[in-house]
Amino acid sequence: MNAPITESQISERQEALQGMGESRLRKEDARFVQGKGNYVDDIKLPGMLHMDIVRAPVAHARIKKINKEAALAIPGVYAVLTADDLKPLKLHWMPTLAGDVQAVLADEKVHFQMQEVAVVIADDRYIAADAVEAVTVEYEELPAVVDPFKALEAGAPVLREDLAGKSEGAHGKRYHHNHIFTWDAGDKEKTDKAFASAQVTVKQDMFYPRVHPCPLETCGCVASFDPIRGELTTYMTSQAPHVVRTVVSLLSGIPESKVRIISPDIGGGFGNKVGVYPGYVCAIVASIVLGRPVKWIEDRIENISSTAFARDYHMAGELAATQDGKITGLRVNVIADHGAFDSCADPTKFPAGMFHIVSGSYDIPAAYCRVDGVYTNKAPGGVAYRCSFRVTEAVYLIERMVDVLAQKLNIDKAEIRRKNFIRKEQFPYTSPFGFEYDSGDYHTALDKVLKAVDYEGLRKEQAATRANPNSPTLMGIGLVSFTEVVGAGPSKMCDILGVGMFDSCEIRVHPTGSAIARMGTINQGQGHQTTYAQIIATELGLPSEVIQVEEGDTSTAPYGLGTYGSRSTPVAGAAVALASRKIHAKAKKIAAHLLEVSDNDLEWEIDRFKLKGDDAKFKTMKDIAWAAYHQPPAGMEPGLEAVHYYDPPNFTYPFGVYLCVVDIDKATGETKIRRFYALDDCGTRINPMIIEGQIHGGLTEGYAVAMAQQLTFDAQGNIQGNTLMDYFLPTAVEAPKWETDFTVTPSPHHPIGAKGVAESPHVGSIPTFTSAVVDAFAHLGVTHMNMPHTAYRVWQQLQESGVTA
Amino acid sequence: MIPPSFGYSAPRTLPEALQLMVLHGDEAKIIAGGHSLLPMMKLRFAEPAHLIDINKIPELKGIREENGLIKIGAMTTENELIDSELLQQKVPLLPEVARLIADPQVRNRGTIGGDIAHGDPGNDHPAIAIALDAAFILTGPKGQRSVAAANFFLGTYMTDMQSDEILTSIHVKPFSSKTGSAYCKLKRKTGDFATAGSAVVLEMSGGFVTSARIALTNVAPTALEAKTAAAALVGNILTESTIKAAVDAVTTICDPAEDLRGDIEYKTAMAGEMTKRAIRIAASRCK
Amino acid sequence: MSKQLVSMTVNGKKVEKAVEPRTLLIHFLREEMNLTGAHIGCETSHCGACTVDVDGKSIKSCTHLAIQCDGSDVLTVEGLANKGTLHALQEAFYQEHGLQCGFCTPGMLMRAYRFLQDTPDPTEDQIRMGMSGNLCRCTGYQNIIKAVQSAAKKLRAQAEESVAA
Repeated sequence: MNAPITESQISERQEALQGMGESRLRKEDARFVQGKGNYVDDIKLPGMLHMDIVRAPVAHARIKKINKEAALAIPGVYAVLTADDLKPLKLHWMPTLAGDVQAVLADEKVHFQMQEVAVVIADDRYIAADAVEAVTVEYEELPAVVDPFKALEAGAPVLREDLAGKSEGAHGKRYHHNHIFTWDAGDKEKTDKAFASAQVTVKQDMFYPRVHPCPLETCGCVASFDPIRGELTTYMTSQAPHVVRTVVSLLSGIPESKVRIISPDIGGGFGNKVGVYPGYVCAIVASIVLGRPVKWIEDRIENISSTAFARDYHMAGELAATQDGKITGLRVNVIADHGAFDSCADPTKFPAGMFHIVSGSYDIPAAYCRVDGVYTNKAPGGVAYRCSFRVTEAVYLIERMVDVLAQKLNIDKAEIRRKNFIRKEQFPYTSPFGFEYDSGDYHTALDKVLKAVDYEGLRKEQAATRANPNSPTLMGIGLVSFTEVVGAGPSKMCDILGVGMFDSCEIRVHPTGSAIARMGTINQGQGHQTTYAQIIATELGLPSEVIQVEEGDTSTAPYGLGTYGSRSTPVAGAAVALASRKIHAKAKKIAAHLLEVSDNDLEWEIDRFKLKGDDAKFKTMKDIAWAAYHQPPAGMEPGLEAVHYYDPPNFTYPFGVYLCVVDIDKATGETKIRRFYALDDCGTRINPMIIEGQIHGGLTEGYAVAMAQQLTFDAQGNIQGNTLMDYFLPTAVEAPKWETDFTVTPSPHHPIGAKGVAESPHVGSIPTFTSAVVDAFAHLGVTHMNMPHTAYRVWQQLQESGVTA
Repeated sequence: MIPPSFGYSAPRTLPEALQLMVLHGDEAKIIAGGHSLLPMMKLRFAEPAHLIDINKIPELKGIREENGLIKIGAMTTENELIDSELLQQKVPLLPEVARLIADPQVRNRGTIGGDIAHGDPGNDHPAIAIALDAAFILTGPKGQRSVAAANFFLGTYMTDMQSDEILTSIHVKPFSSKTGSAYCKLKRKTGDFATAGSAVVLEMSGGFVTSARIALTNVAPTALEAKTAAAALVGNILTESTIKAAVDAVTTICDPAEDLRGDIEYKTAMAGEMTKRAIRIAASRCK
Repeated sequence: MSKQLVSMTVNGKKVEKAVEPRTLLIHFLREEMNLTGAHIGCETSHCGACTVDVDGKSIKSCTHLAIQCDGSDVLTVEGLANKGTLHALQEAFYQEHGLQCGFCTPGMLMRAYRFLQDTPDPTEDQIRMGMSGNLCRCTGYQNIIKAVQSAAKKLRAQAEESVAA
């Protein structure tokens, strides 16, 4: 017998794996820091043409005439396509992910400003731009509808003439020609009773403005139809390439086996790159018609003005409670402005996404919510921007309402939360809306944050500042304790166009002990090449450095539903672990065979199976890999690989507590973020460095949304602020400094206990900023201020509250 | 994203540039730093048939002191203004304002001349030039003329510069030891145009203000000289009430356009607040 | 419009091509030179993803004509590494997790490269101001700042070594 294994030998072997829990550096970085990323606009195919789009300058109009001749006369222009050209292919309209239809090219009518009216295809993008300018369109303007409340009035203009007479939509009855759906959840009767008998009730209207994810790379594709093989390959900025492949096959009639969608490197997604845009469809059609590759890359103004926006929820919240602050009921009504077509990327059964997570981290006995979707003359969308399917809106609502109740009852905002939290012992907890929260420990998280920032000290300082009339600033403390729902999702509940929201992983271990793994997800910066490799490294005992991860090519990757809503780790990550365990189980048998012992005599230690009680007798996974290819036991197939399709039993429920301190300049209304402390619990943490990086990014996005982003429209439906001059993207100067912290409460139903992360900083930070700004005015009786909290808008509140510098 | 086609010349001397302007007439535009013009052309808001690039004309560059004046070539970039030791010592208001314009990359191309000649009420140099009582040297086929900054800006995108002239130089007087200056610019983010900006140049002696010039950015169709406001300070000690008088006078002349930065009330109040802050800072810098 | 000849040095190599006057430098680099490191993120000169180094200055190549580079010396991210050895900045961005999707990264690197040449020992505030022409949506800038600080330290040490040598 050899000397027993030492601690340092164990940790050396652990280190060599760079597996789960390690802040290992990223495997994908080498190409990005050398400018060798492969984004869609980097792709050049022989014979490639360029497509550009003619867009409507007005929001609501009939198209009288489209004049193509001048454009076609420009040398180097191949085609100008309009809805009439797509009609014979039945592609002038396409189904949306939300059960509606959307015009691919405006069909006799324009429904929103910047809508696609025609496409031009030319030799290069310069000629294409000239051709766009040369196409002239005659419009007959119609009155525009930009206010969803006015849209529901009796005499409001009809927006969707194509739906005339259709009183049933994809989600049930339509009550008005501009009404899309009514969706509700919870127990209305029980909730109404709770309100009727409540000691205290509070009500607050609040608006979550329309914003846009604005990833740094805009949307685009290179469509390449090979007329000889009858195969369509399309490189696309897509967060869901398999779904796109299925949709493209259905729309084009080309068998799915001859359609290949490749999502290469993607420069940020944030939910902007989930849907199928008219640009993609037109590029594909153009490629099929011309038999040559066609590239389409939108520019920034097009991106902001026509692709999936986020939010635009007009919410009315109510809480019923006891005199000492225990919530007894929650009631929410929402008017949802969806724009001209309902193209929300939601699971089919949920036209308001997961909005019914709106009871949040609190144990509320009775709750009801209702969402009414409305058409307006604006670009379609609504679900995007790290929202986890409307969880941003839900968390905003409940966190604001809890603050409003706290202010009404003069209870401290931390105290009221503590009082109403779902307690640790109550998990798994079924919410009044039927969500089964997997695990949580809200009290610990709250206590940790309050201690870290010296909450009592901050409140004392605030009191002193309030008492000092010469203070140049107002001080506010914002607090949010959110629970979100991610990891969509169990296929009995969640599907996209009928495809269940499972996900997948396929792993193949090579004879020499390295491996390749492919999943049905596709990252856009989240570091999957690294984190998935880390999971496999720990499960299989092979260094993450030699585990090659690929995503995004539908011809090689197993079918998956893509990456958005923090679903990759909860769903595909589980598939990764379970596929690994299939390999692990086979490997154990091979090890037993090689060591001539029975399976039961073996135990697994980091990177090897060893005989129980004898460190000298072992086979590493590397040894086993070699053996798998020529020495498997009798009756066993050679090779070492596995596939797993994982249908999650439940969603996962990450949570967190965020606290923000602000100082508001009484003279200008400018808000300085003095401190932001963000504690996240995403269960098992695969790579803390990557988690922290994404938290920083999400918090910075949240800061922008809460403090300065908004897309507005004038009465004629002209979009305002749709360039980077006005649409606020913070620079390094504005971005606050973030402090991050964590607790770990694993998900009991997930193979590695992980819940998914990084929608949370966006979801949770936005109400934290509002909470802080409002808190600065709370002593003056202000209970809510709508976003964005620009200096201008805060200054207006200062005037209204009679605050002078 | 793509500009329309145009012809292009890059003259190496001023006479050559002026000849090209005569040759092409209305069809040509001068391109200086290009960071106002090129974005407009990329969005096809401007479609000149010919560009005359004046970046290669040496006599438009350089900052020097001559005959009691600081003479700044119109093609001096914002970064060159920031880096100029001569300006840091003798006209510190210029490096101060340059730092508040755009971002580091844009400041490598954006020029003081371009910023002035464009006539955009959102640009910062016009108010600075007025506060400095600068003179603009315009060169045309018939020779040179000098226009006081205060008389140069006629309306939005309208200046006294004729279509056959080029702004070639900006002349300012070096500060005396009793001079202090400041530019306070309220903006939504770094690099943004001003929500409201106020430039103040003061001379003080024995605690009294002996001379004052105040000019405002982006609260009217052009940069505004606040004469009454400045007069309210002169001959007085700076107190809460004299500063208030100046601020009130500023708000009286504001005529801002309502936009996403704010409504008329807000911008006007901010012009006042920026003036208040600039007066205090300028005073603290008077030795 | 008819093309004009432009002659410049790109990453140390002399290049001569005929370009339309309206050809933007960013397109010249990406399409003519196949240097696709510099990216396009907007058309209003805000995002900085297109930043390259021209005649020793950080320039947004989307707001610069290729023809304006006649006689110029252009450096792009593809020219940062030295015969396979990463530049200190590239190494630092990797070490400090200063990138996620990578789209802003070439612009960040090229801007930081020139910034550190001009300001070798910057404060954090100076770094934030110095990088204010480059937008990022993924990182929140915090690790980018750390990367620039780390590279600054390494470059200063290298400079001291070579002075001593």
